[in-house]
Amino acid sequence: MKLTDHEKSMLDGAQGRAKARAMDLLVRYGEALGAERLVETNNVAGAFNASTPSVSELARKGFDAVYSELNLDSSEVVEVPRMVANTCQLITGIDNEQWRVQGIPWDLAEQQKRGEQYFGSRGINMFATCTPYQVGNVPVKGEHCAWMESSAVVYCNSVLGARTNTEGKESTGAAALTGRIPYWGYHIAGNRHGSHLVDVAVDVDDIMDWGLLGYYLGEVIDDEIPVLSGRCHQPSLIKLKHFGAAAASSGGVEMYHLPGVTPEARSLEEAFGGNPVKATVRYGEAERRIAYENLNCATDRGVDFVMLGCPHNSIDQVWLIASLLEGRKISADTQLWVHTPRALREVADRNGYTRMIIEAGGFVMSDTCPAISRHMPKGTRVVATDSAKQAHYLPAITGVSAWFGSVRDCVEAAITGRWSGGLQ
Amino acid sequence: MSGDTIGPSVAPTRIVLRGRKVVGGCAEGEAIVTRDTISGWGGINEREGTVIERRHELRGQSFKDKILGFPGAKGSSGWSAYFHMARLNGAAPRAMIFNKMTTKIALGAVVTHAPAMTELEQDPLTLIETGDWVKVDADNGVVEITKRRNGRPP
Repeated sequence: MKLTDHEKSMLDGAQGRAKARAMDLLVRYGEALGAERLVETNNVAGAFNASTPSVSELARKGFDAVYSELNLDSSEVVEVPRMVANTCQLITGIDNEQWRVQGIPWDLAEQQKRGEQYFGSRGINMFATCTPYQVGNVPVKGEHCAWMESSAVVYCNSVLGARTNTEGKESTGAAALTGRIPYWGYHIAGNRHGSHLVDVAVDVDDIMDWGLLGYYLGEVIDDEIPVLSGRCHQPSLIKLKHFGAAAASSGGVEMYHLPGVTPEARSLEEAFGGNPVKATVRYGEAERRIAYENLNCATDRGVDFVMLGCPHNSIDQVWLIASLLEGRKISADTQLWVHTPRALREVADRNGYTRMIIEAGGFVMSDTCPAISRHMPKGTRVVATDSAKQAHYLPAITGVSAWFGSVRDCVEAAITGRWSGGLQ
Repeated sequence: MSGDTIGPSVAPTRIVLRGRKVVGGCAEGEAIVTRDTISGWGGINEREGTVIERRHELRGQSFKDKILGFPGAKGSSGWSAYFHMARLNGAAPRAMIFNKMTTKIALGAVVTHAPAMTELEQDPLTLIETGDWVKVDADNGVVEITKRRNGRPP
């Protein structure tokens, strides 16, 4: 790989051991990819948290040891300096305030807080959400980023027109210290055009239908670039957030175009950029039903746990849930957790939305989600969620069975303790 | 491709394929092969090296100490972190062979510290079956497959 003089001096250790180890990882990674060079980045979103038991052994040696091994793939423990790129923390495993509700042991919660002081003192912003674009990190069109979190990556590329590959814990750790990431994949304009035409033959309007469309497409298209055409209604941040998260769970979609809506596709022609259409995928009633049935693996209609907010809820979604719950009580047999970024929780508290949800018997959580933390209310066997991503992962990770439906179906399940949702 | 015993009606017992090094090194072992892409986070158990995804061909099977042949990576960006932890837990595959290059698989292979190859001259997933003995010499860009005979390991 071709390196600039500045990059060479980092690799040679002239700028300290941490940057040398970071450059070493970037060079190994870039060569594995077949990248010709690195590109400058000043927007990194990574996972620097130390919130699982498996990190505890490393954490006992100090957080330099954690960062060296897990964020730089370096068995040599290096002293970690301040980040050179603007860097934020994505979702973590522990809600810093409500870890007891999650069932997290005290020592792990303390470990995460100690970690945050260390990472914070080096300039890592503790947004602690899977949706940095909801709390102020909104890159502009063409900006080179190094982001993790598949649902954020697909949003960054498709909706914002900024450029990132799906990075990992180690590559974001190295990018934050060097301001570099391999120039490969979605950083290159020519790789961002559409490959598959999707003929959407049913109306896709509400959040649930955007989730179903995404879940179906991910499985069929894998990591290619779909271009949506047909009966998609004007979406919003929330709908595209759910669509992308679903497509990046059942498959590896990192970019899509919605002509007339997303910034790199004013028209169908621009979306394909002269590429031949590899295949046309039809999405009709039958395909919608397949996605629904693949997501709904539960048979028992008794619901123990309702999870809302994957990806993390916007403030409008918290308000919708609070309004649906106002003056009602959730079932004694069911728990309800509503997840939103901590910065938005502040607004929810101020507006009284948090109180409305708590008075109904629910919890408002931040910093984490059940799939990441692997913690749910004790004894949960059946979960209901409005998130295709959570319905995809929770059964695999924790062995529960899942119902997927609209936010209204989920709130009703929380109140009655029974699943009565279905495909309209 | 070259095989020592290629004949019209006899399946080759030994197949040699050239390809591109992703991570250097040389390792051999028993193959575990799937046509399904693999998720790291949410798709594998990093303590046992087992695939846990619902509806996955390898669900419940472990790639620990095996030569893992698969189309590529999908799903969460925690892919590399989970294969990284599998290595720290001693549950990583001994080598990896895959078809589709992505950032998830590239970084994941790098941090697994096991030899890895891609861009083989023929589709390795049609030539390698679970149970075959496979040598991955990534430094020299060569994969050597010894077919198990009559359903038995060679």
